[in-house]
Amino acid sequence: MSAVTAQHPYVEALLTGSRQLPALPVSWLNARRGEALERANALTVPTPRDEEWRFTDITPLTRLAVTPLAAAPRLMMADIAHLIVPEASAHLTFVNGTFSPELSATAGLPYGVVVNHLAAAITTHGAVIEPHLARHAGFEHELFSALNTAHLHDGAFVWVAGNQKCPTPVQVLYLSTQKDTAAHPRCLVLLESGAECTLIEDFVGLADGAYLTNAVTEIVLADHARLQHVRLQREARTAFHIATCAVAVARDANYVSNSVTLGARISRYNLNVAEHGEGAACRIDGLALIGGRQLADTHTSLDHRCPNTVSEQLHKTIVNDAAHAVFDGKVLVREGAQLTNSAQQSRNLLLSSKARIDTKPQLEIFADDVKCAHGATVGQLDAEHVFYLRSRGLSEARARNLLTYAFGAEVIDRIPVPSLVESLERIVLEQTQTES
Amino acid sequence: MIDKDAKFLLEVRGLSATVAGVEILKGIDLTVRAGEIHAIMGPNGSGKSTFAKALAGHPAYTVTSGEVRYQGRDLFSMAAEERARAGLFLGFQYPVEIPGVSNSSFLRLAYNTVQGARGKDELDPLEFDDYIKEKMRLLEIPPGFIDRSVNDGFSGGEKKRNEILQMAILEPRLAILDETDSGLDIDALRVVANGVNHLLTPENACVLVTHYQRLLNYIVPDYVHVMEGGRIIKTGDKALALVLESRGYDWVIDEHRAKGEEAATA
Repeated sequence: MSAVTAQHPYVEALLTGSRQLPALPVSWLNARRGEALERANALTVPTPRDEEWRFTDITPLTRLAVTPLAAAPRLMMADIAHLIVPEASAHLTFVNGTFSPELSATAGLPYGVVVNHLAAAITTHGAVIEPHLARHAGFEHELFSALNTAHLHDGAFVWVAGNQKCPTPVQVLYLSTQKDTAAHPRCLVLLESGAECTLIEDFVGLADGAYLTNAVTEIVLADHARLQHVRLQREARTAFHIATCAVAVARDANYVSNSVTLGARISRYNLNVAEHGEGAACRIDGLALIGGRQLADTHTSLDHRCPNTVSEQLHKTIVNDAAHAVFDGKVLVREGAQLTNSAQQSRNLLLSSKARIDTKPQLEIFADDVKCAHGATVGQLDAEHVFYLRSRGLSEARARNLLTYAFGAEVIDRIPVPSLVESLERIVLEQTQTES
Repeated sequence: MIDKDAKFLLEVRGLSATVAGVEILKGIDLTVRAGEIHAIMGPNGSGKSTFAKALAGHPAYTVTSGEVRYQGRDLFSMAAEERARAGLFLGFQYPVEIPGVSNSSFLRLAYNTVQGARGKDELDPLEFDDYIKEKMRLLEIPPGFIDRSVNDGFSGGEKKRNEILQMAILEPRLAILDETDSGLDIDALRVVANGVNHLLTPENACVLVTHYQRLLNYIVPDYVHVMEGGRIIKTGDKALALVLESRGYDWVIDEHRAKGEEAATA
């Protein structure tokens, strides 16, 4: 492994652990990890001077004193039972980035569906993993993806064989239990041609104090595959959460994402979807519900590379107190991607005079026969809506509460897992309602 | 049904109102007794919708002079929600869409809020379900309708039906229906009109704001008022609507102007 030290002492501290990782039995992965380590050493920590980090200052994160993980706390299934989605047929649990077999359950999956941790899967499914692992989430210029990849030794692995359907959701639970630590969770999802699956990624903070979760998820959908991806970020409000999800969508494949951001002091989610086959489609829905002094940044990139591709995006934020939400949504239509159909909406609700939103929808179009729409709204509740409800007898406070709730519920209602819809709607209710 | 001894529900005297500093209503007089059906007609921009919204308490309208008594109370001392609880209902010309709130929970919330204010029992979801099914049958509304978000993605006709469903549930004393007929095809118009007729009793009253005589074939008014320039300039019976249909509004406006000049020269 490289003996070069990183440019920034903070990066160096984050890399310390990676140097002690054992070599993996697969040489290609050792090589990829080495490349990532080299890039991590070379890259600088992003600052607001970088366009991609203009509104998100991660200085507080660089002050985090990262200490090695203490012995993993003894968590019992009963401790996390409330976090397991009842609809899920299988779940994998990672505690501070480390796979926990006793908190995972993968029995009874249908034929053609594999849910396992990567370190085990790499010996059984090495041939399907090799072309994809650390191939989709670029780390050449992305410090945090490079850091994650430099630590790559385990993770979640979901594979569905051609034309097989996993009828119930698969849940991956990432728990953080220790302050002053950094975890680098990893997830790889491969859906073969015509396969279908629902994936729930759930990041949960069980620790108080500052810690870092730096996650990378790669999703590969072959022709005609369909994935519903639900992502919940409910880290501790003192935590830092940085994550990248790279999705490759092939011909006539369909990717649906519902991501809900509730936690972390500073969070950044990069979702990069590449539609590289004709007829590929995605629907990307997001909701950030934040308060206090939280900062939640979502960057999405929807890359239309082929003709007849579709993307539909609704990103909403509800910002209370002195919190700050950032949305940067790029839609790229490449040359030749004719008949692309793209609609993007960024809608933002400010609940306090100190709340802040920076939203930046962007369209870059290099084809001449496309249909692309985008728009952004920032503001308070619509006065006509409030009046409509009052004219039906609701008090003004009640009307405002209901509308605020509905603003969030519109995104949550689209989540295909009823128990999550119910629990998330309760959270929206609790966090948005004022005395009436 | 005109009964000169019936209770006054609404007494409007010299009502003037502005929107964003512009005077839209310029001295309206109107009296509505229990059991009556009034139609307010008039050209675009004559102030019909403004009048309807001002009565319901829309915050964009500022009342500058005049007085309105609703069941004897000063209407403008009541907040919009108090008016609703006291039985004033506005059927919106453009009902708003509220994605994220199911129609059934919205309707139940409105019903229970109004019931509570009237000192009556609230209904739990199951009881309400039975209650609303009855009302939906009346308006020929399919069962899936109330599981959708409020007005979200509804056609124009569905939105108007939803307004009348709300009227059916809230059982108002005075319903003001603002262009409930616009955007309805002939079948939907018949269904909506039947629903309204079914809801009218000698105890309540209805004010229909409409552009077209068509609606009045189904809901027969006791009075037809013509509004122009923020005032009611002529009042007649249902025959007036037929004349308006064939001759338009210009003759009424000319007649009114001539009268005004007569009065000025007299």
